[in-house]
Order: sequence, then structure tokens, then C-alpha cells
Amino acid sequence: MAEVSVIEAVRGTLDEALAADERVFLMGEDLEAGGVFRATDGLAAKYPGRVIDTPLAESSIIGVAIGAAHYGQRPVAEIQFADFIHAGFDQLCSEASRWSYRTRGEQHLPMVVRTPWGGGVHGGQHHSQSIEAWYAHMPGLKVVAPSFPADYRSLLKAAIADPDPVLFLEHKRTYRLIRQEMDGAPAEERIGRARVTRRGDDLTIVAYGFMLHEALAAADELAGEGVECTVVDLLTLNPLDRETLLEAVRATGKALIVHEDTLTGGLGGEIAAIIAEHAFEDLDAPVRRLAGPDIPPMPFHHELESFFMIDRAKIAAAARDLAAW
Amino acid sequence: MTTVTMPRLGESVTEGTVVRWLKQPGEAVALDEALCEIETEKVTAELPSPYEGALGEILAPEGEVVAVDAPLCTILETETSAPPPSVAELAPVPDVPEAAPADRSRAGVHSPVVQRLAAKHGVDLAAIAGSGRGGRVTRKDVQTAIDARARAAAESAGERPAEPVLLREVVIPAAEAPVIETAEAFDVVPLSPTRRTIAEHMARATREAPQAWMLVEADVSGLVALRARERQRFAGVDLTYLPYFASAVAATLTDFPALNARWHGDELRQYRRVNLGVAIATERGLVVPVVPNARDLSVAGLARRIDDLVARAHAGALRIEDMEGGTFTVNNTGAFGAIASNPIVNHPQIGIVTMERVVRRPVVVEGDAIAIRSVMNVALSFDHRALDGAEAGAFLGALRERLEALGA
Repeated sequence: MAEVSVIEAVRGTLDEALAADERVFLMGEDLEAGGVFRATDGLAAKYPGRVIDTPLAESSIIGVAIGAAHYGQRPVAEIQFADFIHAGFDQLCSEASRWSYRTRGEQHLPMVVRTPWGGGVHGGQHHSQSIEAWYAHMPGLKVVAPSFPADYRSLLKAAIADPDPVLFLEHKRTYRLIRQEMDGAPAEERIGRARVTRRGDDLTIVAYGFMLHEALAAADELAGEGVECTVVDLLTLNPLDRETLLEAVRATGKALIVHEDTLTGGLGGEIAAIIAEHAFEDLDAPVRRLAGPDIPPMPFHHELESFFMIDRAKIAAAARDLAAW
Repeated sequence: MTTVTMPRLGESVTEGTVVRWLKQPGEAVALDEALCEIETEKVTAELPSPYEGALGEILAPEGEVVAVDAPLCTILETETSAPPPSVAELAPVPDVPEAAPADRSRAGVHSPVVQRLAAKHGVDLAAIAGSGRGGRVTRKDVQTAIDARARAAAESAGERPAEPVLLREVVIPAAEAPVIETAEAFDVVPLSPTRRTIAEHMARATREAPQAWMLVEADVSGLVALRARERQRFAGVDLTYLPYFASAVAATLTDFPALNARWHGDELRQYRRVNLGVAIATERGLVVPVVPNARDLSVAGLARRIDDLVARAHAGALRIEDMEGGTFTVNNTGAFGAIASNPIVNHPQIGIVTMERVVRRPVVVEGDAIAIRSVMNVALSFDHRALDGAEAGAFLGALRERLEALGA
């Protein structure tokens, strides 16, 4: 069994998908040279003509993917940084996400848009954004944000196999930081399911992406103090797995939602509302959100970036406070 | 003059008994000097005087059970001496390790889950020292209290903690002063938690529900033959008449939903599903676990489900969820040999039927002939607030038809 990093899991899965299905092709900026994070390293040579460089024009990248999907292909488009995807917002939200609905479910657009997101890498204003809240708001567009290499593999495979558009978010901080023993067993996680990663009866932490790892580290630290946390890895942000979420919150009566995206209008508000609506009688404390401060993400200066980013110490402090409530 | 009240001698203690007065009215009392001995279910302690002065009036004579915060005596102070004693100052109180934290500002603020659990399990939140911020009672505090009480109840009855105690605190009022009886004349029967629950339940059902009773006679000769045939090839459990009866009751209730109902305060709720309570006699007393969605089960399914409930009832392994949500109850009084009985409605349900013993009797049949038939009485008690005899009679008639059609 080999230890695999997130970026290796992504690359391996793309390789498998290209090998398994001739309709699959990759497109994006600098992909032929391997991409800025090396997600497509070596794939252009291995699959001639199926790893395609595009102009620096996100609207057209997504638009071309839509067209290819219409013609029976399985495009996997890469947006080099999630910060750039907004140029393609109209294509994704006004066109791709609606196609199945507009055709009364008669037609589908099997396309994946992969993009590295998140901060904590000294990326500054234009290479650090969390974009999930805008896109998870859009019905018809599935949004996936895994945390562990095995889930990247399972869910990217599921995304490519999905008949409808999937936005696949890869947290750039996890690319080389997070490694996991992975055997050759078939990928099994499905889109739309959250997972309880850890069980404790004092409070429930809900997180995704890089924050999930920080939450687990905080839970380890708190366990030494006698505070036991349940940790939920959301994995899919649209549609949310309400059942798993609510069960995990009901079990402890206390919920701490963590994301590095800014607080106002962030996904945490939606999650908090679901909990308030459906688990009111099981709550033992107000639902808490721990999120980035409401300033445009994200400062470049190390100190300021640290101030902005949520980390294990901030999660532990918030969890400690909630446990004592 | 100041009144001394019953202190809270432990987290879950709600009352104490005055064992003995150590001071008499008029007698001088120093600060912290023992006034009397108080006994609770957990501890016996001396009550130190919170004031210096003289004992005024004794308000609770020896032997009296006094609720927490109720008056015990008055003290005529010589001077303003001290505030009332904290719990920690009272001699041995094992379950309160130290004085309560100073900040109790949120002791009365209860979260939704705390209110729900307290209401469901009949927990007195005021009796719990909260571990949350500002003394707030947390979900875990309530759960701890519920678990502790269930454990204590099980232990006091000499039973395992897994015993399905119905988690409602039963307060049996203190006995009236007895007529002259010597200690040799009787034995006090210790009441198990199950017995207390039954007592409270039966008394309430009788007190609250005006109950009417009706009896029909069913010719179950067909059922007797059917059961004899099916019993041969029915593996696993012994096939009794009960599952056939339960199946017929569940089916009939579907046609007469008016009887498949429960009181919810002043509201009468008629249920779409039949959750059938089955009365089971155990060594510890009567329990009524529930077969949920009984209408969905075949006779074979009911047989297995009831057999499982009976086995677990005898083993003391029923769970709380086995006991909840019943919408109607059947009682196999025939198992005791009875041919007619008058059951008490399982409040807040509104109806209960018994199946009496199957007996062979001479019966007048068609053509003015007399034949030997197997006959079973079926008795119904119902809450007359919820329905009248006409509906009850129609239900019983339909149930009889179903029973008589079995195996015919």
C-alpha cells in the first residue's frame, strides 16, 4: 500500500478516466506542460490530443466544455485558480447548471470543472479565494470539496461519471500536505454524502476541505482536555447531506461550523439554518460559526494571512467555549 | 425571627425526614450548632443552625417528611449572625463534593434539548446542579440524571441496569397515621420501580378515564383447527392464539380508526398506524411493550415479534423504545384461565381488548341444533370520553366476525 498525496490522487484519477473512456478529455491553461500544480503532469504525452491547452479565458473554457458535453464528450475542464472562475460564472450558472431543467430532464451535460481553491499559501488576493458559497447556491450544479486523497479519487471519478455538471474543488493547501495510505480498492464514495470522521459527545464540528484537517487536529487537542468532538466532513456542498449532518448534531446538541470563506453569506449560514429548522428541539446551545473575517480575501502578508485563516488553535478555542456553554 | 428551611442535601434529593430534634423550643442555639437530624434517601445529616439565638417554634415534628425549602423551625436571633448554610457546610453529603460555583446566573436558562428531555423523562431541572456556564443545566447533565435514576431504581429493585424502567418518577404519598398496628402484625412490601409505575399508571387511568365495558362471544372453532394445523409446521416459536388475535385486532382497528387513538392533553389524536401494545405478565409485574405497525405484519411475523417481546420482557431486556407509542392494547387474560375480565384502559390510549380462555361449550347452532363448539369471550374496555357504546359495539362485532372467519 502506498501513501498518496492529494495531487497524486487527482492525477491518478484523471489518468484512469482518460484510459477508461475515450470521450474524456482535459482542457485548461498550461495543462499540456503539466499544469501549475502538476495535476496533468505526463498526461499530454500519454494521451496525445486529449490534454488541451486553452487561451486565458475562463468563460470560453467553460463554454467549450458545455459545447463538447452537448456533443457527447466528457470534458474535464480546469480553471487554474478558483479566483479566476468568476469570468465563467455566466456559462456555469446561467447555462450549464440549467440545461437538464430547461430540457425537462431529457438532456444532460456531463462535464466537470476542476479548480484549486482556498488560502494559506501566500496566494494573496487572486490566488486564495473560497468560492463555494456562490456556486453551491446554484441548483443544478453539484459542488464537491473533498479533504482526504481517497475521497478526491472516489469523488473525482464519480464527478466524471455524473450525467450533470459538477464543480470539483481541490484545496490547494492539501495538494501536497495531506497524504493517505491508499490501496487499489475501487473508489466507493458517492456525491451527496457527508461522513462522520470522528465521534465524541460534547459537540459537533462541521467542516470541509483543508478546514476538516484543522478541525481534526483541534479535536485531538481537545480530547486531551476531556472535550470529545464529533467531526463531520461534508464532502459535497451541493446538495448537502442533511441526514448525516442532522444526526451528528442531534447526537451532541452543539454545532460548530467552520469554513475559511468569509462569514457573511457563507455556506455556514445555510448549514446553521438547516440545523435550526430541523434539530431545534435537540439543540443545547446556539449554533456557532467560525469563518474568515468579512474582509476581501486574502491578505498576502504572513501575519495578516494568519489572522485571516482559520486554524486548529482558533477551532479549539471556539470548540472549548461551546463545550463549556 | 427567622425561618429555617429544609436544605438540599444532594443533587437529586427533593425531600428529607426530620429524625430527631436536638434542640427544644426556647433553648439557646449557637451558630452552627446542630438543630436536628435529617435523613434523606442518601444520607443522614445534622442541620447546623444558620443563626445564633434561641429555637422558636418547631414547624416540622419528628418523623415528618419535608420538601426542600419548606420550613423546619424558627429561630429568635440575638443578632444578625450569618447567612443560611451552604450545602457544603452540612455534614456528610457524599454527592456534593464542594460548594456550588458562585455564578448561577443562568441556572434557570434551559436549552430546547434540556427542556425536551426533562419533560419526556419527568426530570426536575431545579434539582440538578448545572455544569454549564453560569450554572446552566446542560444536555449531558440531564442525561446523567436520567441514567443515574434508572441505575438507582434498578439497583434498589435488585435488578440489572438494563431493566426497562419506565422513567417517570413516582411519588407515593406518605401514609396516613396508621391505625394501631404492631410491627409483628404485618410485613412491608417493598415496591419495585415497575410496581410503582404500574400503581401510578392504573390509578391515573381509573381517575382520568371514565371506562365502559362490553363483552362478546366468538365461535373460534375454525381458529382452533387452523392453529392446530399451522402449529405443526411453524418453526422457531410456539404458535399460540395471540398472534391470530393480534392480527384480527389490528385489521379491525384499520376499519375502526376511532378506537386507534390516544389523548394528548385535551386533544384526541387518531393514529393512521396501529402500534399494538401487548400486555405481558412477568415476575416483576405487568409490562406492555408495543408492536409497531402491527398491520404490516403477517400472523407469522406477529408471532415472532411477540415471542421476542415476551422473551425480552422476562429477561428484563426491553428497551425504552419498545414501550413507547402504543395506540391500542391487547391482553391475553385467557392465559390465566379467565373467561371474562374487565381490563383497565392503558391511558392515554382509549381502548383495550382481552382474549379470554377458549372453552368447548354446547352452543345453539343453525337449525335449532346444539353442537359442541370452541368459544372465546372478547372483552373491551374503552374510554367513554372518546367514543360511545355504538361505535365500541360495532368494533367488537367486526372483530368477532374476523375471528369467526379464521379457518372457517
